[in-house]
Amino acid sequence: MLRKFRFGFTESVLVLSLAVALHMFAQAPPPAAPQAGARGAGRGRAARPPAFPDRPPADPAALERGKALYGVQCNFCHGSDARGGEGGPNLLRSDIVLNDSNGEKIAPVVQNGRVDAGMPKFDLTMAQISDIAAYIHSFKVGGYDISRMTPPGIVVGNAAAGEKYFAAHCGSCHSATGDLKGIASKLANDKQLQQTWLMPGGGRGRGPINIAPVTVTVTLPAGEKVNGRLIRIDDFIVTLGDADGGQRTFTRNGDTPKVELHDPVAAHRNLLPTYSDKDIHDVTAYLVTLK
Amino acid sequence: MTRTRTLLLWAAVLLPGISTAQMLDPSLLMKPLGEGGWPTYSGDYSGKRYSNLTQLNQSNVKNLTLAWTVRLPAGLDGRGGGRGGFGFGNATPTIVGGEAAESSGAFGGPPNIRASILEVNGVLYLSSPDNAWAVDARDGHILWHYFWKTKGGTHIGNRGLGMWGNWLYMETPDDYLICLDAKTGKERWHKETANFNQQYFSTMAPVVIGNHIITGTGNDLDEPGYVQSRDPETGDVQWTFYTVPMKKGDPGADTWGSIDGARHGAGNVWIPGSYDPETHLYIFGTGNPSPAYTNPPSRNGDNLFTCSIVAINVDTGKMAWYYQVNPHDTHDWDSTEAPILMDGAFNGKPRKMVLHADRNGYFYVLDRLTGEHLLTSKFSDTANWASGVNAKGQPTRILAKDSTVPGSLVSPNNGGATNWQPPSYSPDTGLMYVPTSDVYSMYYLTETDPRGAMGLGGKDEEVLASMGSYLRAIDYKTGKVVWAHRYPGFSGGVGNGMLTTAGKLLFAGDAGGNLVAYDAANGKILWHSRLGQVSNAPETYMLDEHQYVLIAAGDSLFAFRLY
Repeated sequence: MLRKFRFGFTESVLVLSLAVALHMFAQAPPPAAPQAGARGAGRGRAARPPAFPDRPPADPAALERGKALYGVQCNFCHGSDARGGEGGPNLLRSDIVLNDSNGEKIAPVVQNGRVDAGMPKFDLTMAQISDIAAYIHSFKVGGYDISRMTPPGIVVGNAAAGEKYFAAHCGSCHSATGDLKGIASKLANDKQLQQTWLMPGGGRGRGPINIAPVTVTVTLPAGEKVNGRLIRIDDFIVTLGDADGGQRTFTRNGDTPKVELHDPVAAHRNLLPTYSDKDIHDVTAYLVTLK
Repeated sequence: MTRTRTLLLWAAVLLPGISTAQMLDPSLLMKPLGEGGWPTYSGDYSGKRYSNLTQLNQSNVKNLTLAWTVRLPAGLDGRGGGRGGFGFGNATPTIVGGEAAESSGAFGGPPNIRASILEVNGVLYLSSPDNAWAVDARDGHILWHYFWKTKGGTHIGNRGLGMWGNWLYMETPDDYLICLDAKTGKERWHKETANFNQQYFSTMAPVVIGNHIITGTGNDLDEPGYVQSRDPETGDVQWTFYTVPMKKGDPGADTWGSIDGARHGAGNVWIPGSYDPETHLYIFGTGNPSPAYTNPPSRNGDNLFTCSIVAINVDTGKMAWYYQVNPHDTHDWDSTEAPILMDGAFNGKPRKMVLHADRNGYFYVLDRLTGEHLLTSKFSDTANWASGVNAKGQPTRILAKDSTVPGSLVSPNNGGATNWQPPSYSPDTGLMYVPTSDVYSMYYLTETDPRGAMGLGGKDEEVLASMGSYLRAIDYKTGKVVWAHRYPGFSGGVGNGMLTTAGKLLFAGDAGGNLVAYDAANGKILWHSRLGQVSNAPETYMLDEHQYVLIAAGDSLFAFRLY
């Protein structure tokens, strides 16, 4: 699951793989849905089933009854999404709920209450508690719930300040009326626009911006220069792709031969340490106006 | 009675019964690395991964040659991986265990060895999630393969096996501790160590200390982390140490907004700790607080004992001291990275210390007898989430660098400035060697309801770019990076774990799939072999009077020696 993507691809593919590869070093699993395809593709086989399976769907009638009961009896303290509310804790991560099947572990708490924690007794039957349990168990249990990943708009910056920043720092390479004309219409959303202007071709949210591959110039001891697309480099070899689809590999020994990499997004990379978050948000606020 | 004497007594009791070559003589666990094979996670208890072997050294390492290689079979009937040997390899029996009614094989596939490999009496013992193997260290042929039919759980890696006498111990992604007969691979027993319904998953290598089997857990759903000690014969629990307060009045309870918050505060321990036989202290790092990226009122405070170095008495499970390296973490930067126990001079005085390079980009030195903080420095060039270091030596978090709706530009990325890949410390150079990565990400907050996030949810982290991956050598006396080797290119690939030796060598997997030997003093490259990838940390041991270097590359092992 944590295989690293390091070589055997063009550098541009490596950049694409970067986000995926970097996500995989954490003990934490990567987000389920958005990345499953990418991982599967990278490993050349189907994605795994979820680590922790969802519960099978409940009887719809029981779910309806449970939802109605929950709304009346539980909602106020534990929240409409069962993630906690006025005084009541999050139920989805509660060990009682997680270890419950049909209400049998929830029932003693509901019927006896938890007086010390401020929870009263409820006069509910086992059948009613079973229905409530069915409703609580219908929520997805896990950090990544795609249904909750709908953030508010990310554009909060000052477009005028962004235009000024753009003129000072981006204007030597880019123009709002030239290469970036209509840029905001070409990208799927504001976040993709922000990610793309910060690092074209980087990250997961790649848009329709084509970035030239990293190229390399190898200067042989006799002075001959060989240029090509960078396929792979480490301390010991460098491999170039030529226009015909062929490859040439050179052994490296320290500084011999001389190897120069040409990073097409070097200017963007070098700017990263210089931005304040305000700069970023201002520039995005400006660029979203370039429809 | 000292630990050493206790162990010697056991050895005296147990040794007459030894008839097999598999037995691990417990006294080997107390020897410095190089004198007793590789009987535990870091080779010895110190976590230094420094071997005193010198047969291989700077003058002859250029002749280091492949001795053998093997691809490991995995899954039921070994279908998931290599055939277990080249040429005349005999069929390897697969021994099947597990609590699952049936195994779909969906969690199978080729193994990726991220484990430390035990070397005991000429046999290698290793693991990947659901799989364990014994391999003949002389030619790489597989002696047995054990496969566990899993219920599920996060199959992210397995850090290795523990060994006590004739028995091996493995944790599984669906939260069992399995005891295997080292000679045959047959299961003796298995015990549930954590609750699968609560979404625990287990990856840690069990650590064997005296008659304690120490285990840890992983969890991404706000469940409390704990370290547990079990009896090696029966598997029964000896003690449990929770890394977060579980009830009112527990130490650290006032560093949380509520007890419910603390009880759902994580702090999971998924990398083995180190052990100081003199003080009986087991010293380990704890994981991040949870929910990992958001600030619900239940998390108000420093969130002890998450993101901390903790010392507990191995006999009682009681905490002796702690030092929190990263109060109230908000980027899922676990502090589980292996702590290194070493002795040396600090400010002119001899000290017994702990060295720790953290996922958050900072390096720490502590006194290991008391937990007293001695030094903090930043080893990442790009880490930008803290405004400085406070009087206790803790980085001061910039609140605006938490995940925000419009996005915060933060380094390190979630994977961290360093991660599980084991570091090394060489007493010859006084340097700690760490695989590191300088990456910027945008951290977007996607859950604005403070009640809402659980586990790793509530954010969308979008990687921007790597500014470089480095092998960094840090001077513990100053905290300064003395030398750094940058891996060429822009791919952001990170190097793997480290090994140093008294031959003045540093072995490491680089970001290009090479196993490389460096001059430990200055990073000069002395030897390399391209394996395509390096997936664990190099190890070394003597066998038949030859010094071997062993490395894993995905589903294969490679063993090198001189001829």
